[in-house]
Amino acid sequence: MLGIFTDFASWLTYNILGLSPDTKLGDAIHFFVEDVSKIFALLIFMIYVIALMRASLNVETVRDYLARKHRGIGYFMGSSFGAITPFCSCSSIPIFLGFTSAGIPLGITMSFLITSPLINEVAILLLIGLLGWKFTALYILIGMAVGILGGLFLDTIKAERWLQSFAAKALAKGQKNSQELTDTTSEAKKLSLKERHQFAKTESFEIFGRVWKWVIIGVGLGAALHGFVPDGWIQEHLGDGQWWSVPAAVLLGIPLYSNATGVIPVMESLIVNGLPVGTTLAFCMSTVAASFPEFILLKQVMQWKLLAILFALLLIAFTLIGWLFNFFTPFL
Amino acid sequence: MKIIKVLGSGCAKCIKTAELIEKIANEQGVSVSVYKEASPEAIMSYGVMSTPAVVIDETLVHTGSIPQTSQVKEWLE
Repeated sequence: MLGIFTDFASWLTYNILGLSPDTKLGDAIHFFVEDVSKIFALLIFMIYVIALMRASLNVETVRDYLARKHRGIGYFMGSSFGAITPFCSCSSIPIFLGFTSAGIPLGITMSFLITSPLINEVAILLLIGLLGWKFTALYILIGMAVGILGGLFLDTIKAERWLQSFAAKALAKGQKNSQELTDTTSEAKKLSLKERHQFAKTESFEIFGRVWKWVIIGVGLGAALHGFVPDGWIQEHLGDGQWWSVPAAVLLGIPLYSNATGVIPVMESLIVNGLPVGTTLAFCMSTVAASFPEFILLKQVMQWKLLAILFALLLIAFTLIGWLFNFFTPFL
Repeated sequence: MKIIKVLGSGCAKCIKTAELIEKIANEQGVSVSVYKEASPEAIMSYGVMSTPAVVIDETLVHTGSIPQTSQVKEWLE
């Protein structure tokens, strides 16, 4: 089904623009046209379909649900909801406080917040379109594992000690009141098909309006890598998955800040160019999830110590993921 | 005069929301004082989790998005 985009790109690049498939420029343009048209089409149709299904899901519903859940399953549910619940990254602090003041343990809140940027419907669509089902499933599994284990770890070391004092007070108060809260929560409201359509339409336009430029930038970078980095350069220098290349990729990813939409097309061309899967994953997850702007926001609710722990946790997790994947890829 | 607070951590949507309210208030000749509340503690005190949110005279009227023009007109009547 996705072949039509290859044909379209070939037609435009080779027939209309008259470029030769053997030149670097032709190769890069073909890659760019194919990926951009494919991603745009996937985004518009699929965001609409997904939005139809999850129209009644919002952070308030998720909070009420998580507040009632047993701690054991809470990390898993927190991470799952983080993957499917839409919210603007500028809402992460209010969400953090909303969860906290409902008495939800810090670890479960963090499972939600760590997973959220790593996995979302746009990222999943792009991964399926560009890298296939297998890789997508693997990516989701790992993204959720980082969220779940990260949350568990933070609760194990009693990380709530290092919240800013007003947030810690809100958590303590919330846990005392959580019994009353669960009694008063109402059922999620039912939506008519028309309301769902309205929501899905707004959502498609909104998300597309936000991410289209990221797609152009991401695919543009990918195309440049694809056409202009000499064939075999990456393969030759980093292709063996040298142990140091993984932490190096993670460190390189920190100052680079992008959302998943922008980084996935880059990911594709890195892999096509022979960068080992583990190194690529480590680089991309670090770019998406460990960023300075996000951490500066979190400073409002966390003390430096907790921020440092969280940062270290993410970096170590991504490095381990990279090593594991590089080690096991030959056996897959 | 209506005291209007736009709750949000200062992202583009919150700024647009505040501008929209000011513009419509001007058009309707309603006197308002709009200001942007960015403190997480204050946002939490209204129980808001999705920003931008709008508080008029200490009543929460909207959360989670830039409001529609028609909604803003209703609030200002």
